[in-house]
Amino acid sequence: MAKVFIYPTTSLILSDLVARYGHTPLSSAIAIRERVQTAGLESVPLQITPEEPKKGLKWAAVEVPSGVRGRMALYGPMIESCEAAIIINDADLAFGCMGCARTNELIKFLIRQKEVPKIDLNYPKNEEDGVKFVAAIKRFLKGLEGAK
Amino acid sequence: MTTPVRIAQISCGPEYSGVQQEINEAAKAVNGEIFFPDIALKDIIRDFDAFGLDVRSPDLKLAIARAKALVDGRVDADAVFIATCFRCAEAAIVRNELRHYIHDHSKLPVVSYSFTERTTAGTLLTRMEALTTIARRRALLARETQQGLTLGVDSGSSTTKAVVMKDNTIIGTGWQPTTEVLKSAEDVIGDALKEAGITRDEVEAVGTTGYGRFLVGKKINADLIQEELTVNSKGAVYLADHQHGPATVIDIGGMDNKAITVQDGIPGTFTMGGICAGASGRFLEMTAKRLGVDITELGPLAMKGFAGHVPMNSYCIVFGTQSLVNALAAGSSREDVAAAACHSVAEQVFEQQLQEVDIREPVIMVGGTSLIEGLVYAMGELLQTKIMVPRYSQYIGAVGSALLASGFIRDD
Repeated sequence: MAKVFIYPTTSLILSDLVARYGHTPLSSAIAIRERVQTAGLESVPLQITPEEPKKGLKWAAVEVPSGVRGRMALYGPMIESCEAAIIINDADLAFGCMGCARTNELIKFLIRQKEVPKIDLNYPKNEEDGVKFVAAIKRFLKGLEGAK
Repeated sequence: MTTPVRIAQISCGPEYSGVQQEINEAAKAVNGEIFFPDIALKDIIRDFDAFGLDVRSPDLKLAIARAKALVDGRVDADAVFIATCFRCAEAAIVRNELRHYIHDHSKLPVVSYSFTERTTAGTLLTRMEALTTIARRRALLARETQQGLTLGVDSGSSTTKAVVMKDNTIIGTGWQPTTEVLKSAEDVIGDALKEAGITRDEVEAVGTTGYGRFLVGKKINADLIQEELTVNSKGAVYLADHQHGPATVIDIGGMDNKAITVQDGIPGTFTMGGICAGASGRFLEMTAKRLGVDITELGPLAMKGFAGHVPMNSYCIVFGTQSLVNALAAGSSREDVAAAACHSVAEQVFEQQLQEVDIREPVIMVGGTSLIEGLVYAMGELLQTKIMVPRYSQYIGAVGSALLASGFIRDD
């Protein structure tokens, strides 16, 4: 069983796939709803305080916007502890998304730097690509140690 | 309890910065209610594409879609608060463009702000108060003449001012540096009443503004306690006799600066504070002290000098003073140094704050620093326009308060 970081972290589909193959998804598991009535697309389920952006200084310097550092306080530890990672680029908003492009750049970079098994895919644009996309993720998850 | 003013929040990053609670509290303190315009996920990309500003952050795309929904009338609001993370270039572009867009295409009052994790409800309070006042008190702000016998008090960070007005004329003034807030207020009120030749009991209505407005207002039982953004706007267009049409009001204060775009005397967009002491009236006070002249002599001295002879351009009061000392040590004339200090302050305000509002002529400078001729000249040069400085401009907050307070006189 591996701890698998998923990007975008809000993707319930990815989170579910990881769990199905016996691994632990590292994600925030926030549903992106059809109607957005919160401040952001992936509004936090817990109360973030001004202390989080300070904790985020471990991953991003003080000249980096506070929103990036606040997110890093949440996702930085997940990236550090992950044993595998899935990155999906240019995903549809409904698939799962993270509101800040600068955080997204940093998170993807940190994962790519980390020496763990990873898969880096583009979001499929049609059904045929979609089938290949799911198959590639399945193969990746099955190949990880401790897979079901 | 009146119905809360519904403030639509368009933002990126406040929750993850830990400041959403502070925004909510600031709004609540002035009977405002923050809400997030309800948008269908499928509409975000459509509206974002239609707007045409190609940003990458999904929350900024959401912000754009929400602004369009407000302008199109798909969402009802009384006012708009735009907030994004400080130091994010992408967000700064969106913040500015949305402010322009909402201002140009709707009648909604807008304030924009860039926050850090250190932003508190207290920092946001004056801005929120101005926003709710514009939304709620349009009738009060529409007042163009002062009636009866009223008193206005401006308890500022550096100075406290009082004005007594009677039937649209200023008949008494008081001014002194702010030391103890209440004592300074009592003293200037006494001076103004004495000059007007009346007693406190004869005053029919009182208004207060400035940092000490709540404390002073409570003590003297004021009828109107109002933040300085709306009060100064009214006072400026009143004194400049330009109550109709567009105008821009600039007030470089001792602790913060205000730049307000006004339409018919009512603020549309405004910015307040946000930059360092090198761009404040305090730096000019320090310059005058170092040059051995009274602050009232700094302006005429600056007019005799040439700012280009002395390199001075700092946000920071310490580094600005260092440039000043270096210039004097290198043999620069006092006139050139005075001119450079005025130019430096004007330039910081121009670069850091005036880009946040839409400059509309006439430009009216008010507050104590508007009496520093060299500063007004430097600002005029930067804006390429002739700046208006109305008579009594240093009493702007007190005049605005006395003017608006006359709306509270009861007919017996």
